[in-house]
Amino acid sequence: MMKNIGIIIELDNGKIKETNFGMITLARADKSQLFAFVMDADTRDLKQELESFGITQLVNISLPPDQQNNPVIRAKAIINAIKAFNISIVFGLSTAMGKDLLPRIAALIEAPLVMDCFHVDLEQNLVKTSQYSGKTIATIKLAGDVLVLGVRPNAVEPIKAQDPGQILELKLDGTHLVSKGFSVIRTGEADKSTTIDLVEADVIIAGGRGMKNSENFTLLSTCAEKLNAAAVGASRVAVDSGWVPYAMQVGQTGEKVSPRVYIACGISGSIQHFAGMKTAGMVIAINTDENAAIMSNCDYYVKADVLEIIPELTKLL
Amino acid sequence: MQIYVCVKHVPDSAVNITIVDKNSIDENITFLLNPYDEHAITEAVQIKKNLPGSEVIAVCLGKTDARNTLRSALAMGADRGILIVSENGCDSIETAKALKAAMEQDGSPGLIFTGRESIDAEGMQTMFRIGALFNFPVATNVVKLDIEADRAVVNSELSGGTANTYDMSLPCVIGAGRGLNTPDYPTFRDVVNSKKKPIKTIVFSELNIEASLAGANIIELEPLQQKREPKEITGDKAVIAKEIVKILRDKAKVI
Repeated sequence: MMKNIGIIIELDNGKIKETNFGMITLARADKSQLFAFVMDADTRDLKQELESFGITQLVNISLPPDQQNNPVIRAKAIINAIKAFNISIVFGLSTAMGKDLLPRIAALIEAPLVMDCFHVDLEQNLVKTSQYSGKTIATIKLAGDVLVLGVRPNAVEPIKAQDPGQILELKLDGTHLVSKGFSVIRTGEADKSTTIDLVEADVIIAGGRGMKNSENFTLLSTCAEKLNAAAVGASRVAVDSGWVPYAMQVGQTGEKVSPRVYIACGISGSIQHFAGMKTAGMVIAINTDENAAIMSNCDYYVKADVLEIIPELTKLL
Repeated sequence: MQIYVCVKHVPDSAVNITIVDKNSIDENITFLLNPYDEHAITEAVQIKKNLPGSEVIAVCLGKTDARNTLRSALAMGADRGILIVSENGCDSIETAKALKAAMEQDGSPGLIFTGRESIDAEGMQTMFRIGALFNFPVATNVVKLDIEADRAVVNSELSGGTANTYDMSLPCVIGAGRGLNTPDYPTFRDVVNSKKKPIKTIVFSELNIEASLAGANIIELEPLQQKREPKEITGDKAVIAKEIVKILRDKAKVI
């Protein structure tokens, strides 16, 4: 039987975020058709790209005025699309936005949900995710009329569809949706252009105890600005010392990230820190202590003071 | 107001995990109160101080051993505990239903807390499922919470330090994030006193949870292998920087 698969596309300033294409690649399967869901979008510039990755239906859902950032309304809009198009599997990104959207959808329709998936088998409804602070990989069997899957950003290399069909645009009216007892007073969206989401970053430069103080973190942000799409992270020590805000923490009780490159600057590499960055593509460690755990658990290591190396690196970028 | 805090008994993040019987772990390791739940308890106790007559009740679904985690919650200031004993693992749909049934049987929640995720299953969804079952509004990764009469105003943190501010009617469900507060760790006297606080035990099967067709079952666990072979980059700082650029460009292809 033909399966209808729905993919929630995340836009940034009206453009498709790069990490969506890995998700679409993961969602492609035999005997299925791919629906892309967007909300209040200008679809003119989206069609061609989505089509090349194998999307055959683009569903643009209109929301009530000024409710684009309301996660309850967004969840209900997606649920309407699931029903309208007989969707059996919904994909979304495990980004900050996804973490506030996908569980709402799954909860409201009592569907199983696995966040941070990096592998799926849609024939058998099996997904893989990490558990126990990144120490194990769990294979989870899902059952239900609708399954909801959060895909770990950057986990899958985007590959264009071999034989894409022509994309069809559909509209769905969600302007009547309400969120009883829940309203958005303010959104942090405005600041987002200046800060790159840690979870989605291709490259992360993270600082730990070796950064010594708050001011030295500007060395990392200056370096990050010179690298494409790089974000600055931190270890728990740096956060607890008050050098940088909680939101920058990578690890067990911070963000779990999978960048293509993770540059650990003056970070010792506790088990809890590894829990947050273990799945990075490449790890480069810079530390004065050659016995630091990170030095034996990385791809490249430099035995030197990060405060000397980073400015030198910035000069060359 | 009755403030319920849903807590979980989880393996200490510092211990090694050994997989047994293909899809379980060797549980002869240290377990503790899920770190995010510490923020939830701390916040609930703080709210109680401002709202005299309130009660903080910690609820936990787990095996018999999970009683220790409830004791930790009581030592941190919860007034009493409810342990729902299930010797089998529950997925998040069953977990939310069991927690809801236990809370409903016990009283009338004015506010419900969970941690933003558990550090073992990392599911990030129980708060939303509880909210949907009760039809209460929900916010997760809450780093600031103000209770104003019949409303809660929360900052729900996104990454990059930005947060959305939501207004929710009470009762509501809050997934506590790490920035919410600094947990008050118990003194020796708190620990001694907590032993006198009551813990009610309910057997999972007695809650008559309606079976769901939907579910998620772990069929296999495998250790995440580290396959990295560290290579040293040597030289003076200029040489090292040049080498890093080369790696970023030629091997990682990010520049």
